[in-house]
Amino acid sequence: MPMFEINNLSVAFNTDEGTVNAVSDLSLSIDKGRSLAIVGESGSGKSQTAFAALGLLARNGKATGSVRFDGAELLNAPLKTLNQVRSTGISMVFQDPMTSLNPFMRVSDQMAEVLIHHKGLSKKDALRQSVEMLDAVHIPDAKARLHYYPHEFSGGMRQRVMIAMSLLCKPKLLIADEPTTALDVTVQAQIMDLFGELRREFGMAVILITHDLGVVAGFCDEVLVMYGGRVMEQGPVDAMFDSPSHPYTRGLLQAIPRVDQLSPTLKTIPGSPPNLLSQPAGCPFAPRCSEVQPLCETTRPALEAFAEGRLRACTRPVLELAS
Amino acid sequence: MLSYIARRIMIAIPTLLVLIVFSFLLMHLAPGSPFTQERAIPPEILANLEAKYGLDQPLYVQLLQYIKNVVFHFDFGPSFVYKDRTVNEIIANGFPITLTYGVLSFVVAVVVGVTLGACAAIYQNSWLDYITVGISIGAQVLPNFVMAPILVLIFTLMLGWLPGGGWEGGQWQYLVMPVIALSTSYMASIARLTRSSMLEVLTSNHIRTARAKGMPARRIILNHALKPAMLPVVSYLGPTFVAMVTGSVVIDMYFSTGGIGLAFVNAALNRDYSLMMGVTILVGALTILFSLIVDLLYAWIDPRIRH
Repeated sequence: MPMFEINNLSVAFNTDEGTVNAVSDLSLSIDKGRSLAIVGESGSGKSQTAFAALGLLARNGKATGSVRFDGAELLNAPLKTLNQVRSTGISMVFQDPMTSLNPFMRVSDQMAEVLIHHKGLSKKDALRQSVEMLDAVHIPDAKARLHYYPHEFSGGMRQRVMIAMSLLCKPKLLIADEPTTALDVTVQAQIMDLFGELRREFGMAVILITHDLGVVAGFCDEVLVMYGGRVMEQGPVDAMFDSPSHPYTRGLLQAIPRVDQLSPTLKTIPGSPPNLLSQPAGCPFAPRCSEVQPLCETTRPALEAFAEGRLRACTRPVLELAS
Repeated sequence: MLSYIARRIMIAIPTLLVLIVFSFLLMHLAPGSPFTQERAIPPEILANLEAKYGLDQPLYVQLLQYIKNVVFHFDFGPSFVYKDRTVNEIIANGFPITLTYGVLSFVVAVVVGVTLGACAAIYQNSWLDYITVGISIGAQVLPNFVMAPILVLIFTLMLGWLPGGGWEGGQWQYLVMPVIALSTSYMASIARLTRSSMLEVLTSNHIRTARAKGMPARRIILNHALKPAMLPVVSYLGPTFVAMVTGSVVIDMYFSTGGIGLAFVNAALNRDYSLMMGVTILVGALTILFSLIVDLLYAWIDPRIRH
């Protein structure tokens, strides 16, 4: 049994305009110490998948399906059950370190409360361990900086604080929701290096939510590509980068700018992400797909295995696309 | 911090002087005088009266004289209308009364308003929320001059529980109705303000982080959400506090409490120049003081604006 497993997860939001289907019928699993990337454009349902798993959806959101961690059901579980898993079992690092830390509290209080609450430590011990964790994420002069407020740190440093805070209870799974999106490019690389280092050190599994395929290649074992709230393709990272099988995955890979292939314009996938208010009858990617066939507009392809460990949701024959 | 406070107090002095000059000139611009009565006073007597109170002097001489008395002797002059009483005496008698029921009303309004508003936000779209919003709107549109007679009707005339008015040194029976009448509409505003501000804070990213950390709901509300949710409320509380402690003419009239709220209005009606000036300076000084306190509270709540 995998350590963490999502089965047939759907997330819907009730809005004034109607029901928004943010995630539809998503399944994934991750084993101890492994790493999985969830990739997709903005609004593809990546973050909402993570929020639903930890019970962090907005009030108007509703999740169905199953999320299991160490065999225990988390989806729509009572707050008490969730709070026992949060921090100690599963931790989360958020996209925007500017707003995700509490601007009104000292970092020391924000970190210590995790240890005091989950581990029953005294304030003194909690602070000592917090300093050790700030050291581990390479914050210089951690002992003094512990008592700073978040606004006294730079963006990259704030994300380090956020990461340190998420690791305090040595979780088995870390979900990082676009941890580098709000940061400078140079800082992005540092933060990803830090993730790699901490993974080796603490041995936790990582789910990395990102739209940056460049980050995925060096970091993850497996990739799950999402579009319009659905999984388009899933498989080991090397195989997918070598031979992307879904037209959307290929579009994403081609859209990565490369220095060695000078081109006056950047490659894009024409069109924009689907409106999740209306569910199309066919493949959600059909309106933007370069390989679109009449069948794609009417029949939604199922997510099916087509090679060892690889899944995809596309009606076009694999061979035809590989050419 | 101390130098900031000192600087703010230094700025308060010219502000108050400007306030004095403007009020003084505006007051004298208005037609009529303290001695305008239905029955015309013979011109000789009027001249004597004006000479006694210095009203025969040019306006700027009067103004300078007034400022001199206030600044150097803290003397706000004799009342023009209440014979044998100085403005200092009238304020010293009336202000403790309004301060008492004003502070009490303020505490009631803040405690009840914040609690109701916060609970309504936490249990959004529940019956508690609907009742709070309903009551708040009701209480906000119910002015205190309607509230006061309704209270008297119920508690004095129908039930006979409370005296219909008076002060008697501020015994609790005499305080209940003034406090309810004065605090209700402020309480409603505070509840609505707290509710909307709390709702916004509860959806903010750092609250999501606190939830993701597995903090108990109680701790999230009290330690993480309440402080930021109080920011807009605090800026409303400064002027509200001043308005409440400087009294309400309605309260003073309905409950015969004898506060300065009524004295202020009567002073304006009677052209009691010195009393008007006295109360204006009191309200002005309190306003300046409490806007400073609000700013300090802001800095205490939000570390980002401390310098």
